[in-house]
Amino acid sequence: MPLSPPSNFFLDISIFLWYYFNVSFINCAWMVRKRFMIEVRELTKSYGPTVAVNNVSFDAHAGEVLGFLGPNGAGKTTTMRILTCYLSADAGSASVAGYDVFEESVEVRKSIGYLPESAPLYMDMGVIEYLNFMTQVRSLPKSERRARIRAVVELCGLEDVIQKDIGELSKGYRQRVGLAQSLIHDPPIMILDEPTSGLDPSQIIEIRNLIKDIGQEKLVLFSTHILPEVSATCSRILIINDGKIVANGTPEELAGQAEGEEIVHIVIRGPQSEIEAKLDALDFVSQWAHVETDNGVVGYRVTAVQGTDAAEALFHVVVDNRWSLTELRQESVDLEDVFLNLTVRE
Amino acid sequence: MTNITAILKKEFRSYFNSPIAYIFITFFLGISSWLFFRGFFLMNQAEMRGFFGLMPWIFLFFVPAVTMKLWAEEKKLGTVEILMTLPIRDYEVVIGKYLASYALLAVTVLLSLVLPLSVSLLGDPDGGTIVSGYIGLLLMGGAYLAIGLFASTLTENQIIAFIFGITACFVMLIIGEDIVLFNAPNWLFPIFSYLGLGAHYSSILRGVLDSRDIIYYLSVIGFFLTLSSVSVESRKWR
Repeated sequence: MPLSPPSNFFLDISIFLWYYFNVSFINCAWMVRKRFMIEVRELTKSYGPTVAVNNVSFDAHAGEVLGFLGPNGAGKTTTMRILTCYLSADAGSASVAGYDVFEESVEVRKSIGYLPESAPLYMDMGVIEYLNFMTQVRSLPKSERRARIRAVVELCGLEDVIQKDIGELSKGYRQRVGLAQSLIHDPPIMILDEPTSGLDPSQIIEIRNLIKDIGQEKLVLFSTHILPEVSATCSRILIINDGKIVANGTPEELAGQAEGEEIVHIVIRGPQSEIEAKLDALDFVSQWAHVETDNGVVGYRVTAVQGTDAAEALFHVVVDNRWSLTELRQESVDLEDVFLNLTVRE
Repeated sequence: MTNITAILKKEFRSYFNSPIAYIFITFFLGISSWLFFRGFFLMNQAEMRGFFGLMPWIFLFFVPAVTMKLWAEEKKLGTVEILMTLPIRDYEVVIGKYLASYALLAVTVLLSLVLPLSVSLLGDPDGGTIVSGYIGLLLMGGAYLAIGLFASTLTENQIIAFIFGITACFVMLIIGEDIVLFNAPNWLFPIFSYLGLGAHYSSILRGVLDSRDIIYYLSVIGFFLTLSSVSVESRKWR
């Protein structure tokens, strides 16, 4: 089957170019004011003597799913509350969708959909009644209200519970009503504070998928203290600890920059003193240590300089000396190590 | 304006979604009519003065019960975080909530119109004082509500909000009463007698609708609503 005829092809190209030109032109006009959807500069906030957020700066673009990762009490919620104009900061500046958080707070709030931690909702209201209230206070035009409610009910899977009171719903459904509420005005930016806390595993997966879907076109900033969540959903990770941003990058970047070294587990059957002398002599080995093994054979945990392919080199060393190799394993440095390295202080 | 009406509708409906409104109306009407009719037949006079005289004291306990949940509950549940991150000004929320509580109080006060109706079946009461009495009731109730609303912004505990509300209303009421005025230092006398919630009410009850009394109640309402707004905004203070 031939591809589309050439005449069409050129037409397509020219339409594409025309479109591209216009779009990029429009984008340029926007960019004067809105280079980043979220722009945070040296934000600081303390509650009395405790510094909750300490000199935090970061940017976020549209179409990103930004994971805000950190142990409990690291300052995630406070940062989010400042961005949503619930609290103000002691110092620094922040802008959302091009509007200053402290000066143009109503505009900022219009462009954000916010789900606070544990989805606080009015328990004595019905689901529909609540969503309807939200369309009113969000000042959606009357003609669009029904359609928007229908859209978010469908998106969040609330069809089965629309007749119920929020107080009767399970935790998972309440979380979804909270999400529906934050999506009702179709905001360009979503800020979700621990959207999956307290849910069961299948609900967590549903919410994650929902976040991914939403993240296709919107900027989603969500916080969590659960590690696998960020690698499953985020395009970028911010790790925050003690109120400071300690890492900022894609999941792969962070796992890559974990440490400048490789760690290899190796168990060798052979004359122990010779092996150890050899390990000392190898120039790519920065340090090594004994490791207990089950069958009494001595194992080593070898730390090597990065980029030297330590596992393969060690294998050749073993072969050249005609020892026998019982175990050779590269320790994987993953997000978990990064997280622990950055957030645990001895 | 649409924001205020949205908040007003939501709060007013939430009174009737929960048992609060029904219990409030029933007990308010029950207690006030019982207290009223207890003395009514003894006096054997077709007049409403006894009813209006009771009201400052009945309001003292009932009105803070209406307002105590308005902010305290939101803070307790955390819903205030969604509410205050909506594109609404803080004062719009304050006014919306105030008007909702006012609407509930107005409904209750209107339902108590059965009392003057039954009195007029039994005799021939003075219509003018009844009308001015009801106007006074609505003005004084509005002041109580504003004080109660302010008390509710101070805490996330409804019981504390209730007790704060009663205490604040009680202080505002008692400083205008004779027992305090006679013991107060001379220079405080005019201030206290002007600020007392009850004195202006009793002058309205006499059938004199003086603009000074109306201005007094409106400024008390305005003052405490402003204080409520400030108190709600205080979370943002640096």
